[in-house]
Amino acid sequence: MEIPYIVEKRADTGLNNVKLGIWLFLASEVMLFGALFSSYVLLRLMAIDWPEGSAVLNVPMGTFNTVVLITSSVTMVMAYASLKMDNLSGFKKYMAATIGLSLLFMVVKGFEYSHEFDIGNFPATSTYLAIYFTMTGFHALHIIGGVIVNTYFLFPGSKMWVTNKQQFINRIEAAGLYWHFVDLVWIFLFPILYLT
Amino acid sequence: MSTDVQAHIKLYKKIGVALMVLTVVTVLASKIPVGVALGVVLALIIATVKGSLVVTYFMHLVEERKSICWMLLLTAFFFIVLIFIPILGYLDHTGKPMTLPNANAPVAEETTH
Repeated sequence: MEIPYIVEKRADTGLNNVKLGIWLFLASEVMLFGALFSSYVLLRLMAIDWPEGSAVLNVPMGTFNTVVLITSSVTMVMAYASLKMDNLSGFKKYMAATIGLSLLFMVVKGFEYSHEFDIGNFPATSTYLAIYFTMTGFHALHIIGGVIVNTYFLFPGSKMWVTNKQQFINRIEAAGLYWHFVDLVWIFLFPILYLT
Repeated sequence: MSTDVQAHIKLYKKIGVALMVLTVVTVLASKIPVGVALGVVLALIIATVKGSLVVTYFMHLVEERKSICWMLLLTAFFFIVLIFIPILGYLDHTGKPMTLPNANAPVAEETTH
């Protein structure tokens, strides 16, 4: 007996299994990042003094990274749209661009982290740096996870395009939802850590 | 269906441009000398607008049923409540470090809750 609604949508909710599953997973991710954001709020309120983000961190690099991640979100949704238009080569092009931009984000983050370490700024140095490294560190781990998933779909995973087209499109939609969530987290992280 | 997707692609590109513009607005808004609290509120308002664009169009929430959107809005509301309830308990003594009672810690001042 086959599991129902793997590909086709339920009539009452309009959802298939993968969409419901990925949204539930994103809800758990909201709890994770929500806990970190509320920790930031409480730590900052209770602090005697708190540095301005721009005094510690490199705002142009942070802005560049924001632009890179937003662009990767656009290329991710374009990859999905290419599949909807039956264009596998377009999908591969946009997915490769998404992965490339994600790796660029990580390279810039690596430069930022190594600069902080070079000048003696570590997580243990101050509360501000502790929350900065924790939040951006968790975010970076999520980027790495997304890169692994997207690389799988670009190479071995794309074989499903031949065997079950609609299921493959649904999987890319789910990967896209995760990726847009990672972008969403950075959209909130950037102003509160770098600009305020 | 192909023309439908083409229309979506045009929209995705417009949303991408809007997000870039709002990123520039975020950075410029941070230069306005309004103080920390108002600065954070302003930054979060712009971030919420950007986030709404990503969720509505890139995450296809605009194509889902209304009940799904309302459920997510309800979740977002309770999430904000969860963040703000602890803050409300500490608003009367912000900027003062809290000490925990133990044998070695100095005696903490009486604080009213």
